[in-house]
Amino acid sequence: MGLLRFITCGSVDDGKSTLIGRLLYDTRQLHADQLATLTADSKRRGSDLDLSLLVDGLLAEREQGITIDVAYRYFATENRTFIVADTPGHEQYTRNMVTGASTADAAVILLDARKGVLRQTRRHSHIVSLLGIRRVALAVNKIDLVGYDQQTFDRIAEEYREFATSIGIDEVACIPVSALEGAGVATQAEREMPWYDGPTLLGWLENVAVEDERRSDPFRMIVQWVNRPDSEFRGVSGAILGGTVRPGDTVSVFPGEHKTTVSRVVTFDGDLDEAVAGQSVTVVLADDLDVSRGSVLAAGDPPAVADAAQADLIWMGEQEMLPGRRYLAKIGATTVGLTIEQPKHRLDVDTGARLAAKTLHLNEIGLGNVHFDQPVALDPYRANRDLGGFIVIDRLSNATVGAGLVRYPLRRSTNVQWQEMSVDKDKRAELNGHRGCVVWFTGLSGAGKSTIANLVEQRLYAQGRHTFTLDGDNVRHGLNKDLGFTDADRVENVRRVGEVAGLMVQAGLIVLVSFISPFRAERNLARGIVEDGEFCEVHVDTPLELAESRDPKGLYAKARRGELPNFTGIDSPYEAPEHPEVRVDTSALSAEEAADAVLARLHELGVC
Amino acid sequence: MTATIDAPVRTAPRLDSLGRLESEAIHIMREVAGEFDRPVILFSGGKDSTLLLHLAVKAFWPAPVPFPLLHVDTGHNFAEVIDFRDRMVERYGLRLVVANVQDWIDDGRLTERPDGTRNPLQTVPLLDTITEHRFDAVFGGGRRDEERARAKERIFSLRNAFGQWEPRRQRPELWNLYNGRHRPGEHVRVFPLSNWTELDVWRYIARENIELPSIYYAHERDVYSRDGMWLTEGPWGGPRDGETVLRKTVRYRTVGDGSCTGAVESEASTLDEVIAEVGASRLTERGATRADDRLSEAAMEDRKREGYF
Repeated sequence: MGLLRFITCGSVDDGKSTLIGRLLYDTRQLHADQLATLTADSKRRGSDLDLSLLVDGLLAEREQGITIDVAYRYFATENRTFIVADTPGHEQYTRNMVTGASTADAAVILLDARKGVLRQTRRHSHIVSLLGIRRVALAVNKIDLVGYDQQTFDRIAEEYREFATSIGIDEVACIPVSALEGAGVATQAEREMPWYDGPTLLGWLENVAVEDERRSDPFRMIVQWVNRPDSEFRGVSGAILGGTVRPGDTVSVFPGEHKTTVSRVVTFDGDLDEAVAGQSVTVVLADDLDVSRGSVLAAGDPPAVADAAQADLIWMGEQEMLPGRRYLAKIGATTVGLTIEQPKHRLDVDTGARLAAKTLHLNEIGLGNVHFDQPVALDPYRANRDLGGFIVIDRLSNATVGAGLVRYPLRRSTNVQWQEMSVDKDKRAELNGHRGCVVWFTGLSGAGKSTIANLVEQRLYAQGRHTFTLDGDNVRHGLNKDLGFTDADRVENVRRVGEVAGLMVQAGLIVLVSFISPFRAERNLARGIVEDGEFCEVHVDTPLELAESRDPKGLYAKARRGELPNFTGIDSPYEAPEHPEVRVDTSALSAEEAADAVLARLHELGVC
Repeated sequence: MTATIDAPVRTAPRLDSLGRLESEAIHIMREVAGEFDRPVILFSGGKDSTLLLHLAVKAFWPAPVPFPLLHVDTGHNFAEVIDFRDRMVERYGLRLVVANVQDWIDDGRLTERPDGTRNPLQTVPLLDTITEHRFDAVFGGGRRDEERARAKERIFSLRNAFGQWEPRRQRPELWNLYNGRHRPGEHVRVFPLSNWTELDVWRYIARENIELPSIYYAHERDVYSRDGMWLTEGPWGGPRDGETVLRKTVRYRTVGDGSCTGAVESEASTLDEVIAEVGASRLTERGATRADDRLSEAAMEDRKREGYF
């Protein structure tokens, strides 16, 4: 008996919960006690039998009468078992629909026969198409409320078919139903709709072709866990994401592309002659290669190994996407660092139009280039959903804030070879008599960063060291004059300064950077640009009240008057470093003492 | 014509519904093994946790299961279940951590309820033990088909440092990519059986020939009726005045605190008979046998917020 996973989507009032309730009711999935609860609950809300109450789960949404999260329901007929992802229609909750669609083989899109094809219908269809669902049923609900009128149905069906084809949905079935009355859901309504000779909704669900093509795809398996109980046995355990594998097959291990042979396909139930997409197995390889969690075994048309890709992005975080910020991406069984470029465009999911965008907000969909901090094996999403889809994780909150669907890997990154220079950093350090390094002063405006940095530079100069100071204000006059003070611009500001500082370290300089740089993630990004031991973070720690009382540039006063939006400490947060190389408390130390502390630390780090 | 000998080709059968569910559960368990430092399997001896253990054995075979078991013992357990638990631990060479609710009552961290029911008292010992052992992933046998509130549960369900479930902080779960990242002190509940139904569980138990505690099968027992359920006498107490004890042929559909887990009248003494009975049943397992779920319309949701499984 096969399994079909499908999603339902519709607007708030289309009667979606009632439709699912109807499917459960008519396939006799309800037990006596559930029916009793349902009847009691319905009565309390003044109705005889409100099937939607079966589906609306959380208390809050039951009170509001809307569904606000993805709920999964289960039912079975003699031919199939079904997992339904019930996804909300409310505009704000695109992320839930994307979630439900990501594991679905088919979609049921619901609309109200009285209203026809709405913005919402188009939106849901765009998402369904984007997520790679090719089989869609349009349930034209509340057909009873238009008197089971054929013309109304035909008009809606024609309009929708034309639209669906234009966005790449191959198979569309339009089905007239009344979830409330039960017509057309599990049973044909021959008396009410003699003009309709297509399948019922349940009939369609029982017969729609389940994706079985994955079996003919090229072989792909992600390695989740290395199985090594003793010195005798070494297998790699994981899930087959595409194709088939048999003992004797030649496979390659990615990244690295080392070829080897499969000697056994092991399961608890015995060795297999063949394993197929969807199965979890353990494979023994003929050669002792470096295979670990995150590796990909593949055969046939190979996956790409790339550190950049163009991808459709769906943003799910409350906070907008920050281009240049360091996120994490989980793809297959690998988690790597990720940065996202400014999107090329944003998609208007109602019209399909491409709009200019600097970032993506919650529930927005766009196209952009992404960069991984190490090469990963990936396929285009169209070729393999499981090796072309990734989630975006925020490093600080650990929340899943986005999803990406790889259109194609970018090979550009492998073409731009880092030029090996014969005069390198070490040679310059020899010549200079000291190593290059970034000394990064962070702290509130008015904390005393520039004052201390100046003192440090003077003393280094006196010792014959090669130095340069990058000051926040000065850089903003030139290199970064196109940037403002939004979160996104602050990230870009810090990124550029970090890159410039990195080049200067290559040149052998001790670079003093004096920057408010309020976000931990961005300072860590700057740290990541240079090598270990080349970054000295100095937290110039001053209580806000003290910095504000100094206010050398009159900025706090302006900010308090509301003339300087996004001012750190006032209406934009400052994230203090957790483990800075140096912390100087300027309420307790003089600037000279602070400079001494920094120089002492640089000596400890072996810079000079 | 040259004779060639073709190797026999056995095409793997299409993955059926149970095969897909099994593979998904194994995938989830391996993700936990790959990403967490200190996972543990909640084990009550009931059929769902026994199934979890069976899947864990399959997921890591031939290596042993890389997680210990955690049993929150209400002190109101059926003797058959404790015996079964200890045999499983022995059979698979596992480490067992037991949190005895009685210890919490003895030292005053918990107070016995007037009705004697200890199911609601499990939450505190569970959370304390998770903290004490710094468990960061806790496998539970919860299924989405059990109850309305569970239908929205994630497979990786984040719990805050107080062990609480916060609906608003639940992460979207796409494809088969689970985000298990958490802060120190937080942990993740993992539900590999999320997509199974009660009938799937029974069919799989039959297919795999998984041993269960004997009380799941029909047997003769002295029972008395309370709130429409057949309860049995035990360490949790016995019949009150006016409650008549009868000898009946019964079985249990769930295993829990004896004071509020009722038996159902049944002649089903084999797996096939149980499946036939479950398939035909007009009562869901919780509705039939768990008094604590009947307390209020949103009973389960309230308990989840508190950190119940």
